[in-house]
Amino acid sequence: MGLLSDPNRRRALINLLTRLNAPICALCYFAGVCWFMGLAFEPFTLRTYMSENAMGSTMVEERFPSGERALATGKEFAAHKKKVGGMPVDWLVKTMQAQGLEVFTQSFSRTLPFPDENKERYIVKGTNVYGILRAPRAPRTEALVLSAPCSPGDNNNQAVGLLLGLAHYFRSQVFWAKDIIFLVNEHDLIGMQAWLESYHHTNTTGMDWSPLQGRGGSIQAALSLELSSDVITSLDIILEGLNGQLPNLDLANLFYAFCQKIGVLCTIQGRLQRNDWDSVSGYSHAVQTMMLMVMKQASGRPWGDHGLFLRYHIEAATIKGINSFRQYKTDITTVGRLLEGMFRKLNNLLERLHQSYFFYLMPSLSHFVSIGYYMPAFGLLAVILLLRALDLWVQLVSPPAVAADGVGDIAQQSSPGVLSVLTPLVISHLTGAALYILPTRFQEIAVEHFPVSETEAVVLTAIAVYTAGLALPHNTHRLLSGEGTEQGWRVLKLVAVLYLAVLLGCTALINFSLGFILALTLVPVAAFVTPHVPKTLSAVVLVILSPAFTLLFSVFFFQELEEMPVSFQDGWLLYLSVISQGILDHYLYGSLVYPLIALMVYPCWLLFWNILFWK
Amino acid sequence: MAAPRCSRCACLLLVFIYSLYVVVISEEPTPGNEQHASVVENPQTAAETEKQPTEERRWEATQVDETVPDDAAANKQDLPVPDSVLTSTPPLKDEFQEELVIRPLHSGDIYASFQFRTVWETDFTRGSKVSHYRLFPKSLGQVISKFSVRELHISFTQGYWRTMQWGQPYLPSPPGAELWVWFQDTVTDVDATWKELTNVLSGIFCASLNFIDSTNTVEPSASFKPLGIANGTDHRFLRYATLPREIVCTENLTPWKKLLPCGSKAGLAVLLKSEKLFHSSFHSQAVHIRPVCQDEPCKATSLELRQTLNVVFDLHASGQGKREWSLFKMFSRTLTEACPLASSSKIYIDVTDNPEEDQFELSPATHLLSQAVVLGDRRTFSVYDLTQQVTFGTVRSLNVLIRWKSTEGDMLRPLLHAERYVAGYGLQTGEIHTLMYNNHPFRSFPVLLLDSVPWYLRLYVHTLTVTSKGKDNKPSYIHYQPSKDRMRPHLLEMLVQLPPHSVTEVTVQFERALLKWTEYTPDPNHGFYVGSSVVSALVPSTVAMNTNITKEQPLFSTFFPTKEESSYFIRVYTEPLLVNLPTPDFSMPYNVICLTCTVVAVGYGSLYNLLTRSFQVEEPNPGLAKRIANVIRRMRGVPPL
Repeated sequence: MGLLSDPNRRRALINLLTRLNAPICALCYFAGVCWFMGLAFEPFTLRTYMSENAMGSTMVEERFPSGERALATGKEFAAHKKKVGGMPVDWLVKTMQAQGLEVFTQSFSRTLPFPDENKERYIVKGTNVYGILRAPRAPRTEALVLSAPCSPGDNNNQAVGLLLGLAHYFRSQVFWAKDIIFLVNEHDLIGMQAWLESYHHTNTTGMDWSPLQGRGGSIQAALSLELSSDVITSLDIILEGLNGQLPNLDLANLFYAFCQKIGVLCTIQGRLQRNDWDSVSGYSHAVQTMMLMVMKQASGRPWGDHGLFLRYHIEAATIKGINSFRQYKTDITTVGRLLEGMFRKLNNLLERLHQSYFFYLMPSLSHFVSIGYYMPAFGLLAVILLLRALDLWVQLVSPPAVAADGVGDIAQQSSPGVLSVLTPLVISHLTGAALYILPTRFQEIAVEHFPVSETEAVVLTAIAVYTAGLALPHNTHRLLSGEGTEQGWRVLKLVAVLYLAVLLGCTALINFSLGFILALTLVPVAAFVTPHVPKTLSAVVLVILSPAFTLLFSVFFFQELEEMPVSFQDGWLLYLSVISQGILDHYLYGSLVYPLIALMVYPCWLLFWNILFWK
Repeated sequence: MAAPRCSRCACLLLVFIYSLYVVVISEEPTPGNEQHASVVENPQTAAETEKQPTEERRWEATQVDETVPDDAAANKQDLPVPDSVLTSTPPLKDEFQEELVIRPLHSGDIYASFQFRTVWETDFTRGSKVSHYRLFPKSLGQVISKFSVRELHISFTQGYWRTMQWGQPYLPSPPGAELWVWFQDTVTDVDATWKELTNVLSGIFCASLNFIDSTNTVEPSASFKPLGIANGTDHRFLRYATLPREIVCTENLTPWKKLLPCGSKAGLAVLLKSEKLFHSSFHSQAVHIRPVCQDEPCKATSLELRQTLNVVFDLHASGQGKREWSLFKMFSRTLTEACPLASSSKIYIDVTDNPEEDQFELSPATHLLSQAVVLGDRRTFSVYDLTQQVTFGTVRSLNVLIRWKSTEGDMLRPLLHAERYVAGYGLQTGEIHTLMYNNHPFRSFPVLLLDSVPWYLRLYVHTLTVTSKGKDNKPSYIHYQPSKDRMRPHLLEMLVQLPPHSVTEVTVQFERALLKWTEYTPDPNHGFYVGSSVVSALVPSTVAMNTNITKEQPLFSTFFPTKEESSYFIRVYTEPLLVNLPTPDFSMPYNVICLTCTVVAVGYGSLYNLLTRSFQVEEPNPGLAKRIANVIRRMRGVPPL
């Protein structure tokens, strides 16, 4: 403390920080990236372990016998599905009733803000069917959910078959302490959203649904099942949910523990675990797995039906059967046993899953990086912003030292600054608001006047507004406050840098991946932009590091990670569809990434653009 | 020694005279004394000669009440002579009945309801000390007299009654433990008595009733009226509490069984084996004590103790696809005898839905049939009378068997049905929704809704809405008692008219309170329970609803529905709620300590540093030579340069 209370030393420290600001910033950036890349290195990570005692040491035996029968049921379901051309509601109701469940149906309808071209739907009407297995001698206070989506085509029939098989088997057991809800949802996420909103009687997205007739109390955990083949080679667990929320790590641990016990190959992000962490290829494998998780989490969309449960504080994951051309095959009975085991352990829970981590990254299924380890990577990037802000502050305060006489001078110099700061701030936020509102509002007009479909209209309007934003706001302050001063841009940059720091900090707390990716691109922009750097080159760099381009790069990078590289042409189309999906996610499920980018991040970036063209 | 003997003689004489008097009045040729003796020896036969002995008993009882106190007063200095009372008073003051009703349920499950009833012609209210107990359990009798209890209802339930599948139960009860007590109006400090009573009952029934305190006790103004005879219904003498979290298991069953006169040694109680009773879908046991009329004119009251046990066995969990039930399969016992102390011992099987034996088959067959209007519906029962040796047949054991023939049906639509859930997400606010279904096609009826919500859910009463069929439904009576933090819960009672064929939704928003960190339960992340809300209603009877009754009954009897059958009282309990409260991370105190210590150390340290430091102008450093010179000078004792 003597360091700060001593004016000499403080001055020395500040001198050091301002003099060496650029190298320190570069060093921090480099260290942050290195730290992040180091997270995937196995010796730096922790092994997963079961924290919840209720699920840890208790023994359960898995005896699910009737995989063949489940497959037969699945085939029957497929036949009925084909006959009806959608969800075979009557058949499902009858089948579930025959198994002794309390069966209820729920109908819902939703008109999307604009047609979803990926899934080819616009006006969605559907019915969810669910059966409740009432636990004996339980007072209907707690429930578990097993869900399987009724997908179009030949997908997921086995999942529904297994769900019904498990329902039949579970019904004859006596050890249940929580009600178990078996849910078959139509139109995947939309159906799930309707069911969950109705269960909790909320309406966040303006969907029409009929109220539920039967409930099972507060849902403690949920698993969603996706199986599309009779035999599988491995099971994949999907954790990333809406807005990058993750279920409690214990759920992943439970899955891993049972895969180990039963001897099923298990993957995360579709990638097997490797033991050769010390080799380069092993390390890069871990990095890729982790990067996939980071990319998926940053996207903020639910990557499976489980993703919507997390909003309601229900721990949920999707388990997906993968059938590739490996030798190792697992039949459906084994999958059934695995699910039985997981449900029995969840049934044993005395409290909600809360013991383990809610914030983590997983470079492999057996290792994780907790928030305490990954936050420094972000912190190192964020500290650059603070250093720059300090530097600017010192620059703003110290030049009067030449004039020496005073306070009035500073006030005089910075008073026009208030308007010159406020104007770009307001204008860039208005542009952001336009980016948020216009695409969906103006789709009709766009469709009338241009030869495009509604979806294209929305995406192209978004891109147009984005681009127009680059041309519009800079130098507008001159209309109000005349010539921009040297002091003016410094104040503006100080505000912008602090704004960015707060924005990124908050984002990273909620969704680390999104915060980190944004920080990776925006922090260099914030650090180097001044009106005195070469204009053209800087403008190019600035545009390349803008949020839209970050998204474009992410699309290519993600395809690369998924081992499905695309050409530029396809990539561009994919980019457009990703934008439309992002907007749809916001309107359908309440994802916050699109409004965050449009209303906060983009205006913030525009401020830096403004500074570059300061005159 | 003369005095007691004398009094004994007097007493006997009085008895004799009185009995003679009775005989003369009733003009009955049977000698009264003889009949006494026979009844005493063989209580089972009491049922046959029911009218006569009851009338006599009434006389006897009044006589004893009059004579004994006089007697005691007469020789107060001497030892009290219980012997004389015993021999002189005709001991048929109490009576025990046992009964088992088996109802094959719509869903294919089976419902068994035991009732054990002890009626004792005694009156604790008079203040006379009762010390002799025969059939009535002494532990309860002492509790009743000590705490001046007028009525006591206690139930322990594990599981939730599924109205939609099972119809209405004979005796409804909420999940967990429920206790409601009417005290005598002589009790001055009801709350203290209540507190003490719950602690005593907690010991008797081996349950956590001692967790009943002011934070979960309410005084309902309308929902819980006395079930026995009562003079006043001032609800200041009523206390009602539920413990939705209470787990019921064998340790509660054993003390309950011990209250029975035959224990679990004989009679229907041999069926009560815990390993089977707790292998079921629903289990509920209850004790109801209330004063009832002794006879028609109701000049005196007797005390009724009803012990009930309801259990539902699951079709799917125990049968391997075979739909077959028997006493042995349900209880792993068969019956060989009635309880010797019981005046009646019967098994009823509900065969209403089975007139042509197309639903299920019953064996051994019985010709005894009985009809009763239960819950507004006329039901037919096959009766097995265990006091008759014929019932047990040649194998000397009774094993009633029900074999199903049809498949299980759809869900029922009971006339009144209620459910409740918590809406919303997040840990700040929420909304309690209570749904009440009136499935009657054309009659509306009023229901009384009682909600008792713990204080840590802060109800926003201005958000209370009652809607049915999309329209606002104004309750005709609302009694609301706001909560006091850590003192008492919210109490909300409403009288709502349910329109026919409708769903009425009552919603109220709440805020979740932050508890003090010691107030959390050991498992705070499990959530906190909110007890069931209680819906009490007079429901139009299905007998009255039936428009096609002319078939079975003579025409003259069916034009106006009879008043007794036009509606019946039921009580429906909703499910309890499990609500998560904002829960701190309990390792947090450690973090807080670390953090505050650091902050205090840094903050205080620097401040202290600034305060205690003496600031002085820094002199330029003396050169090395000068410093060396100074050291040398100090050694020499000369002041430095």
